[in-house]
Order: sequence, then structure tokens, then C-alpha cells
Amino acid sequence: MNPNRRSFLTRTGAAAIAGVLPVSMIRLAGASAADDFTFAYISDSHIQHIRGNEFVRNWDRGLIRAVAETNLLEPKPDFVMFGGDLAQLGTRPELDHGMEMLAKLNYKLHAVMGEHDYYLDLGEYWSELFGPQYYSFDHKGVHFIVLNSILTYDDWTFNRWDSAARRMNEMAGLDNPNGSPFMVGDKQRTWLAADLAKVDKSTPIVVFSHSPLQKIYKGWNFWTEDADEIQTLLAPFDKVNVIYGHVHQIQYNQIGNIAFNSVMATAWPWPYPSTYAQSGSHVPVLTVPMNRADPFNERDATGWQLINVHTGRADLEYTLYDNTNRTVAFNSATGRPEDVSFQRPGNRVAPQAHY
Amino acid sequence: MRLLTTLMLAAVSTAGVADEFTNADVARWMEQYELVAQQGRALWTSAELGTNGVACAQCHPNAANTHPETYPKFQKQLGRVAPIWEMINWCIRNPLQGQELAADDPRMTALQAYIMKERRGVALEPGKH
Repeated sequence: MNPNRRSFLTRTGAAAIAGVLPVSMIRLAGASAADDFTFAYISDSHIQHIRGNEFVRNWDRGLIRAVAETNLLEPKPDFVMFGGDLAQLGTRPELDHGMEMLAKLNYKLHAVMGEHDYYLDLGEYWSELFGPQYYSFDHKGVHFIVLNSILTYDDWTFNRWDSAARRMNEMAGLDNPNGSPFMVGDKQRTWLAADLAKVDKSTPIVVFSHSPLQKIYKGWNFWTEDADEIQTLLAPFDKVNVIYGHVHQIQYNQIGNIAFNSVMATAWPWPYPSTYAQSGSHVPVLTVPMNRADPFNERDATGWQLINVHTGRADLEYTLYDNTNRTVAFNSATGRPEDVSFQRPGNRVAPQAHY
Repeated sequence: MRLLTTLMLAAVSTAGVADEFTNADVARWMEQYELVAQQGRALWTSAELGTNGVACAQCHPNAANTHPETYPKFQKQLGRVAPIWEMINWCIRNPLQGQELAADDPRMTALQAYIMKERRGVALEPGKH
């Protein structure tokens, strides 16, 4: 392990796990230093306008802290991803205030569209601030793809509601039965197929989406309607990593060659869908849940991530405010992401029990 | 004697009225409950309990992670056994930055009616953490 990396782990209180880091967390013999890189991932800040220049302080603090801590990283990450839902109701004051906080980052910023950013003006102002809603880029041998996965049926978007504000409000309620399932849609899937046609099957791929590109629980839109079609497009590649926000909780899963990892919110945590007594749904069985949140500690169960993909697989270090940090890393022996400390049933702790 | 018997029977049948109810009564009472639970859902998803636009449902979709079946329980942050309405008021004061409700405020009743409805079928486990 390189000494700078060790100093970061020590500083963030994760030194205890350093002794059990899997092979994928350590620079591979023969890999050049130039190919060794990390990026940071901040998501779901839900900046919420009250009136005038007032915003919900609690959510502001989550994003301010993530930006400040990301700026302290050593070694420096190559870039920062923002995973969507910068705003709560997609307004200019919210997006401007969020951008003002993100602008303090010392790194190049990429962003993913969230439904809370989109459904007021269909992403118009967000695009002025952040650029295209879907695109790809190559970085040190890894092919990165950004998708706007929170689109939905045209009839819902264009014909259902009498105002843009009403449309935004209906989509903003996670458990609102008037909402509509997320999807990437035909246009982007056609673009994705063409983009992937240019990529060698052995090139590691990282896909960023706001919603999970797997079907977990439709009632809360932990769901993408055309997830199966997208998985089919990604299936021929050796190493695919899908990293998503939206769920405000730790999730991970493996489907074929595709590893799925969620990231935490900076704003607030969500319950696991399996705890809704009327839903009967489940989280991926591989997932060791985050700790149940202490409501009296407003930053508990929120945080941000440092992600390492230099083996072609994504290892996520979760910086969890006022809580034990977690590392979910790809285990090449078992071929799936696993928590480096808690994966074995005997290693679970009481706060990980959700009901 | 016959008069006395008649009076006694009348007394018995009058006493019986208080315990008699029909299926129509049950349906009406259930309807009343559903109405209040609906009011609770409306409050749960609106900003009107607070001052900053935040709603209960933002953190608790379908009232999940409220665990009404575990109350009253020892609330470590308060250092004593507390009923769920105290926790609801804690959330109204803090994340919602609002004014707490009286324990018997009809809105507090509605909130609890809604939480319990979403949790129906789960066994009571008072004290559970």
C-alpha cells in the first residue's frame, strides 16, 4: 500500500480495517502509478429552498461537509462525481445554491441527473449548469458512462399535470402512488449501444445512473423500468460496474459480470424497502445494511464515498458521518462486491438489523 | 307480580342496548378510522406541520422506520421510557422546525392512525430496540 493512501485511512479512522484489505484495494504488481487513481462520489444533497435566501440548514450541512472533506483527500482524487438530486424541487435558487457549494470543490466535477433536478423544467437549468445529461468519457483505461435514468413515460411527463410545479411535486414524493417508474428510454439506449460498440470487451466499464439499473422496489422507484435491456447491453463486457444514488443507503449486488453499488446521500437516510410492512420486497441478499440511523444525530447515516477502480472493479470507501466507516470492495475470489469487515454473518453488529 | 316481571324484562332489554351493534355500525366505525388515517397521511406528506417545507414522508416513506409496535420503549436519547407521540413531536421540532402538538391534538391522533395503518399486521413488541 502506498504511504499516502495509508495516511488517508489512518486520518479517517479506518486504520483498523487496513490489515484486512482485500487484494483489490492494494496496487497490483506491475500496474503503473499513472494508472492508479481514485475519484470521489457525493450524492443526493436535496438542497431545499424555504424562502428568500433561506434553505433547510440540515441538508446544507451535509453537502458542505462532503465538499470540505473531499477537498482534504490525499492523494487527490482525479475527479468528483455528483450523483443527482442536488435540489429538492428543481428550482433555480436550489440548483444555484447547490452549485455554489459544489463550486468549492478543488477537482473536476461530473454530474448525474436526479428526478428532483429534472421534473420542474425537464432539466433545462440543470443542463445550463452541468452540461449534457448523458455522455461517456475515457480515463486511464476505464470507460465511464453517464446516463439520465430518471425519465419516464411521455404521457406522465407531458399530459398528466396542469403545471410544472405540480409535476415536480408529484415526482418528489418517494412513496407517492401518483409517481411513475424511472427509465433510461429508447433514445439513450440506442446511443448507449452505439457508444459500447466502440469499446473493447476487456475494457473496464463504469456506468453512473441516479436510479439503480436493477429492479429492487417499484413502490419507491428503487427501480429502472428498462434495467433488463440495459443489463443486456452491458453483459458482453468482462468488468462492468454500475454506481447509483437515489436510495440514500448502502446496497450492493452482482448480476453476471455487472457489479452494482449504491452511494449514500448527504441529506438524509432512507429505510430499506424490506422494512415497509406492506411491501413484501427485499434488498439484494448480498447487501450488509448500513447502521440504523440515530434520528437525534442529524448527520448520522449520511456521508460520501471514495472510489477506486484501478483493477477494473469499483471499491467503495464510505465516509459515514459520526458512524463507523464502511468499505465495500470487489472480491475477485468470490466474484462479487463484499464488505471487508461485516460480510460474514458472524461479523454483523446490532445496528445493522433493520425492521 | 306480572307488572314486576314486565318491568324487570324492560330493565334487562334496556341494559342490552349498550352492547348491541350491527355490521353496519362496524363498517361506519372503520370508515371513521380510515378517514382519520387519511388525514394523517395528508399531514405526513405535507409541509404544514413545520416551518421549513420539510415533511415527515421525506425521511419516512410509507411511515417506514417509525416502529410504532415497539412503543412505549426506552429512548436512549431521552434517557427514559417514552410513548411514540413524544418522538413525533421531536421530529416536528427538529427536522421540521415546527411547533409541537398536544398529545390529544386531533392531528397527533391522525398521525398515529396513519403510522399504525402502514404497520398493520406487525406483532406488538413494546420496548424493542
